[in-house]
Parts: sequence; structure tokens; C-alpha cells
Amino acid sequence: MKRIHVQYFAAFRDRAGREEETVETDARDPAGLYAELEAAHSLGLGAERLKVAVNDEFAAWDRPLEDGDRIVFIPPVAGG
Amino acid sequence: MIEFDLSRERIDTEAWRRRLFDQTCGGYVAFEGWVRDHNEGQQVLRLEYEAYESLARSEGRKILDEAVGKFGVTGVACVHRHGALELGDVAVWVGVTAAHRDEAFTACRYIIDEVKIRLPIWKKEHYVSGDSGWVNCERCAAHEHDHEPAAVPADG
Repeated sequence: MKRIHVQYFAAFRDRAGREEETVETDARDPAGLYAELEAAHSLGLGAERLKVAVNDEFAAWDRPLEDGDRIVFIPPVAGG
Repeated sequence: MIEFDLSRERIDTEAWRRRLFDQTCGGYVAFEGWVRDHNEGQQVLRLEYEAYESLARSEGRKILDEAVGKFGVTGVACVHRHGALELGDVAVWVGVTAAHRDEAFTACRYIIDEVKIRLPIWKKEHYVSGDSGWVNCERCAAHEHDHEPAAVPADG
């Protein structure tokens, strides 16, 4: 099991009802972790509409997760 | 000068313009994005921007570096607000200086377009109707209001 720190922003913070959490997971990559968290919190958006950041950098969905990684799932942005 | 910033305070556009001033440049182009009183048929009262700060700062800086590399402009700066904003506030400001105007216009347009699609920043609009919603995240908003009699219309 890996311990992964997850931070939630905007619509995902509202849906998850929390700003952050540390999860223990067997997920191999962000795609697997998102599937678990979407089920747990009903985040309401498919991964195809998101980006993901690992340790404050945009990352690929199949990047292997490592113990202690910090993950942010990024819902559709609306800056500007 | 290449500088990106996020600010919870009002953007002092005149101060930023002075900082960009450069006697080697013949042109200065600036863009201000303002908080508008309507969106998608809803009357907007006020809004909040939320930023994933560390990634927004690194990605913002990357966009500015790209603009200098692609268009050969001299100075580039961009500031994006976050936190609570009122109607008419400057939500985002972009300034570009260059020897000639063509590249200044092009680079300014490039920066604001990339900022809108790449920065991890979200906008929550509060409407006159009493509803609110995260823009571009309509399916989330629809979920949020499942239990209420009137669902929030899809947004942007």
C-alpha cells in the first residue's frame, strides 16, 4: 500500500467535502486512484475532462505512483 | 522583464505598466479581463477565483517564457486575481513591450489565450437568483443541486 496525499480544489472540494486527505491505495497510477476517489466521493466528472498534477507538476495518467506523492485532480479550468 | 503573479489584492495596472516601460521598445500592448455582470443568461452578482497556486505560478511563468521565445518581445508580465472579486474588477492583466507593435499584439493575445486554458484557476459565479456555480464544471454543479427544486443551468 502507498500513502498518497490528495488535495481538492473548487468543484472537487465541494463534492469531496474536504480540502485534502491522505489515502492508502494499491492504485498503480493517477488513473487508478481517480477511479477509487470518484467512487468514494462522487466527484461527478470523467477522467477525460480532467488533468492531473503529481508533486505540483502536470503528469501523465499512467505515471507510476510512489509512496508520499502529492496528487491534485484538476477539474475544467476557468481562469481569465 | 518576465514576471507572472497571483494576487488577492486589486491589480495596480498603472504600476505594472511603469515597471514594463523600456526605452528600447516602440510598442506596449495591455489586456485587462474584467468581471462581467452576466454569463450564459444569468445575472452575476460577484465571483470567486480559486487557484492551485504553486502550479498556476509555474505554468504562468512557462507561458510568458514561451511568448518571449516565440515572438521575440522584450518584456512580458501577467497578474491573475484570486479570492473574492466584485463586478468591474480587473480579474487578469497582461502587458507586453516590444520594439514593434505587431509582435506585442501577437504575444499579448497568445498569453491571455493560454492563461485561460492552461492555468489551474477556477471561477465560481454567484448569481442574482441566489444560485452559484463553478464555471465550465456544469456536471459537478448539476450534482450539487440534485437535491434542490431548481437545478443550476449548464455554464460556459
